[in-house]
Formats: sequence, structure tokens, C-alpha cells
Amino acid sequence: MKRAIPIFLVLAGLLVAIAVANPYFLEPAGFLGFLKRVAPLAILAAGQYFVIVSGEFDLSVGSLVTVEVVVAARLIDGDEAMTWPVLALLIVIGLLVGLVNGLVTTKLRVPSFITTLGAMLILSGAVFLWTGGAPRGALSQGFRVFGREGVWAVLILLVAVTAAVLLMRADFGRTLIAAGDNERAARLSGVRVDRVRVFAFMLSGLSAAVAGILLGGFAGVSAQVGQSLEFQAITAVVLGGVVLGGGRGHVVAAIAGAFTLEALFTLLNLHGISGALEYAVQGVIIIAAVAAGGLRLPALRLSPSKV
Amino acid sequence: MRRLLVALAASALLAAGCASDLPPTGASAPPDSGTSAAPAETSAPASAGTGEQSEFFVQADYDAQLAMRTQTAEGPADKPWEQAIAPQMVDTAKYKKDGPYHLCFSNAAVNNPWRQVGWTTMQEEVALHKEIKEFTALDAEGKDDKQISDIAELQAKGCDALIISPNTTATLTPAVSGACPAVPVIVFDRGVETDCPVTFIKPIGGYAFGADGAEFLIEKVPAGGKVLALRILPGVDVLENRWAAAKVAFDKSQLEVVGVEFTDGDAAKTKSIVSDYIARHGKIDGVWMDAGATAVAAIEAFEDAGAPVPAFVGEDQQDFLQKWKDGNLTAVAPTYPTYQWRTPIIAALKILKGEEVPKQWNLPQPKITQESLGTYLQPDMPLLHYALCGCESMPGFPGKWGGK
Repeated sequence: MKRAIPIFLVLAGLLVAIAVANPYFLEPAGFLGFLKRVAPLAILAAGQYFVIVSGEFDLSVGSLVTVEVVVAARLIDGDEAMTWPVLALLIVIGLLVGLVNGLVTTKLRVPSFITTLGAMLILSGAVFLWTGGAPRGALSQGFRVFGREGVWAVLILLVAVTAAVLLMRADFGRTLIAAGDNERAARLSGVRVDRVRVFAFMLSGLSAAVAGILLGGFAGVSAQVGQSLEFQAITAVVLGGVVLGGGRGHVVAAIAGAFTLEALFTLLNLHGISGALEYAVQGVIIIAAVAAGGLRLPALRLSPSKV
Repeated sequence: MRRLLVALAASALLAAGCASDLPPTGASAPPDSGTSAAPAETSAPASAGTGEQSEFFVQADYDAQLAMRTQTAEGPADKPWEQAIAPQMVDTAKYKKDGPYHLCFSNAAVNNPWRQVGWTTMQEEVALHKEIKEFTALDAEGKDDKQISDIAELQAKGCDALIISPNTTATLTPAVSGACPAVPVIVFDRGVETDCPVTFIKPIGGYAFGADGAEFLIEKVPAGGKVLALRILPGVDVLENRWAAAKVAFDKSQLEVVGVEFTDGDAAKTKSIVSDYIARHGKIDGVWMDAGATAVAAIEAFEDAGAPVPAFVGEDQQDFLQKWKDGNLTAVAPTYPTYQWRTPIIAALKILKGEEVPKQWNLPQPKITQESLGTYLQPDMPLLHYALCGCESMPGFPGKWGGK
């Protein structure tokens, strides 16, 4: 957890800066609005954390979010009665895509970078084919409530964070970190590495489904809803001090990374800097965070107490 | 903020270097849009908050389009897709040949609801004409390079006429020029930088669209009111023209433009941006948009913030029209009518029959107002349907467009 302290300091600093620039932020409605906006990314970051800490990547979540929203709109088509069946279907789709990603990575031994890059392209291609490039149909009010009403979004976020923390405290969490830290050692000590990794991918798929439900609810149908979300999620996780390659990092810090990223975007927006600069900022963060992590590692090795 | 200051300082310096910083008086702008940003035109009063004028701004085109809004179109009033404003007819006798015909179409993309509605409408128009024995269409999927090879491929297919909806203006120009000697070419929607096509079909244009929205806000929002302008992305000529015309109108008005933001046409981003502006300014009195696809998301930002929805500029999509009626909003919907997708087929047949067509076929471009809202709101059509499809009397309506 020690690695995670800087991110909380940065987050606190950013929140103070937002509050100074915009006092409305401190009012319940203002803060609720912020939480509502963070929720999808925070949940995606939690999902991405499981995959990254186990030593893999999931680049498919952005396209998966788009698929979820577009499928939901097409199937619901404004019909309230379809809300719950479609919600269930979305969860199943998320888990299924995760399962396939996990099986291809572990059983076929395709590096997850390639597996999920392929999945990303397949999913976005499939959406394009199915919709002809523009989504059809409409979401019901019952569906949109989750993303539109701040209370719901915050509730879902709380459940997701709690579930993630509990999972990491359970045996699953320990084996997941072991698999990411040293796969061979983990296998030798009886960890079913493939199984925990597949499970991690399924959690990531599930997080994309939930994020899709929230994002679709927030702003309605759009074929661009998931664009570049995979990179935002990875940036958030890295920002939270989680090591790419696996084995180190805390899920709460990854979620704090998502909060920090969104806070940074909000602050930039408040100062009238937005648009293309968001990508540049993300790029700088992702490189700087990994570089900082790389610099720290040799320093740790030098200290005799750690060896 | 800093960027804006730099921009303002730069434009002030440029303006100081010129003889005068009065607003341009018309007809003096260079006809070529690509050359320079014409510094004298960028000296907006700093208080307007609209930034520099677009380098795509061409005064003569602007004046022509604004004038066309009040001109009466020639042709049948109940078929606006056959009407033309101030047509300069050209002779097409040299293209005359006997049917049946093989028409070809190189489409830029079908990647948004506007193009989907248009594409459906065009296919239904083809079905209306027995003399068309074959209709070959290639979708460039929004890629210039694919469209260039599509156009080359279509020339080898024995088309009697080639319809092109260019993906981008400059890049597609050589491909269109290359096709002209081989086959009669009809260009519509976005233009090209050559006059070799037999006819270029378009609604009045982006300046008229942008001005319609801005003038509505200037009329409805009290002096000193705060206006937020939402644009999709910079650098696309039709969208630049819409903003350029709105900027000219806002600069002359008493309104304060508190922000000009790019949304990428993304609903979530639009909603976040609008929420931020509501939080920052407390009250926004008007929202101008260069396209209506994310208008509903922007309206929802006000609803979710518990703020009254201000005067709004949208477009003719059903979701916006529905919201307008349900919320009893103060709104206007400039349009870029999808019925323009019918016209190229009609034009192609006219050309092949040797009938004269307008060199530049300017279609009427109506705006939907409070009075005409009821006519265009069609609750049985999909939310993303565009009302000005001119397709209501076609045999496949409403099923082919996804309606009930």
C-alpha cells in the first residue's frame, strides 16, 4: 500500500485545486456530479487492474463498452419491458468476451497484448457491420437511470469498489498477484495460474459491461462512447502505481488513479484547456508513471534491508 | 485561457498592422479559401469571446448564401428536392443517350445517422425509376484513399453517369477531375475544387445553417446573455462555415459567447462540457451547435443540473424535436436536408435524357421553427431519423427508414 501514497496526495491536491477554481464542486450536487462522471472509468480501472496485476493487458474494454451500449439500444429500442433482460444480456456479453480473451491468452498462448488488440478490432468491426456505422434504436428511461441519476452511479461504484477489495483480500487476490509476480513459482506452489488469469479477464469484461451501462445511461446511444477508454483505464491503473507486467500494486490505488485522471481532466476543462490536450496529458502521464516506477526499482534493490 | 489570450494578442497585433480593423464590408475577400486567414477579418471585439475568424471564411460565399435564404426557389413547391435557387442552367445534349441506364455512386461513408437516412432515401429514389436497370454503389467508409480507388473502379464498370459524394474536398478533387472526361459526373453534399462535374448539388450551405441558429439566439436571448457554442471538430469546411457565420452574427450582437468547445460529436463529452459550463457560470442563456446530433445530451446536462433549459439550436433529428415539444423549449432547428440524396438520381436521369440542369443546384434549406415543429415531429419514426428526408410519399415509407 506504501506505493499508493503518492497517488492519494496528488488526488487530494487536484481536488483542492478544483474546489478553488469552482466552489460549486464542494456542494453535494457538484461532488455527486463528479462522482457520477468518475464511476465508469473507476470501474474500468478496477477491471483492468485485475488483468494487469496478473501480468497481462486488456485493450478490448473500450470497444466492448461501445458494443454494450450499441447492442442495448438496438435491443431495447425504447421498450421499458426489455430493460432488465437486456441488462442481464449485457453482463453475459461482458463475461463471455472476457472468457474468450482469457482462454485465447492462456490456452493458445497468444500474448494478451495481441489477443485483446485483436478482440478490440473484431468488436469495433462487428459494431460497424451491424450498425452500418451509426447506432439505431434507443435506450429506455429505466436503463438510463443508472448512469443519469448520480445516486445510482455512486451506489454501483461503491459496490464495485467493495467487491474488488474483498476479491483481492480473498485467496483469489493472493494467487492473482503471485501469478503476476512470478508465474513459475506460482505454478510450482500449486496456483492454477491459467484459471486465475481467465477469471481476471472475465472481471475486466464484466467491468466493461457495467461501465457501458453507466455511460449509456449518462449520455445515451453513441458509436463513440467507448473510444480510447482502454487507454484511460490503463493510464489510471499505472497512475495508481500498479506495475505493468504484474505482481505489484493495490486495487484501491488503481481506482484512485481513475479519480486522479478524471480530476485532472475536470481541472483542465475548468481552466478552458481541453480537447486534444487530454490525449497529450494522458501520454505524458503514462510514460512518466512507468519511468518513475522503473527508477524506483533499482533504488529498492540497493537498500540492503530489502534484499 | 492562456491560449485565448495569446490568440487575442496575436489578432490584435495583426490588426494593428493593417490600415483598418473595421469589419469587412463584403466582396473584398479573396475567392480562394485556402490562402490566408485574412488578418483584417480576425479583429473581433475582444468581449465577444468568439476568437479568430475561420481561415475557411469566404466573404463572397457568405453573402451569397445569406441572400439565398430569402430567394424563392424554382420548381415544384411540394418537391423541394427538385427545386433550385437561382439556377444557371447548362446544356447536357452531348450526354444524351437511350436507356435503360446504369448509374454508379461513390459514397464517402454511411457512418452517421444523417448519411444512413440519406442513403436509404437515395436507394428508394432509384427504385422509383424503371429506366435504371442497374445501380452500383461503393462505400468508401470515410477513407479518402478508398474513395479514390472506388472512383477508378467505377469508371471501369461501364457507368452511364457517376454520382460522387466526396469524403473530403481537396483530396478527392484530382479523382473527380480524372473521372469527368470519361462519364458525366454529379457531385453532391460536400464539394470539390473543380467545376468539371456537370452539376454540383447542395443545400444552400453551412453559412446559412450557422446564421439561422445564431440569429435565433440573438433574437431570443436578452442582451448580455451568455451563449455557449458547441462545435464537433475543427478543419472541416462545412462545419467551419457554420461556425464562421455564427461568429459574424455573435460579434455584431450584445451576447457574450462564454465558450467555444469541440465535442467530437460525442454525447458523453458534450454532456460533461455543458455540465462544466453550467457549474462555472451558474447560468447559460443560449446554446448554439454546429450540428444537432448531440443536442439532446446537451439539453440533459441542464435537466440533470436542475437548471432551466435555455434557448437551443439543434437540428431536424427526431430525438431533438421530441425533446423540444415535450419540454416546451425555446428552440430552432436549422437543417441540412437529407432530401438532397434524391436529387442526384433525378439529375443523372435528366442529364442522360439531354435535359438541362443547374450548374450549381442550390436546394432550399428550411429551418424548423416553433410554428412548423408539429409538421416535422414524427413520433413513429426512429429517434435518430432526420425529418427533412422528403421521403414520406415514397413506397417504402416508413418501414425502410426504421419507422412503424
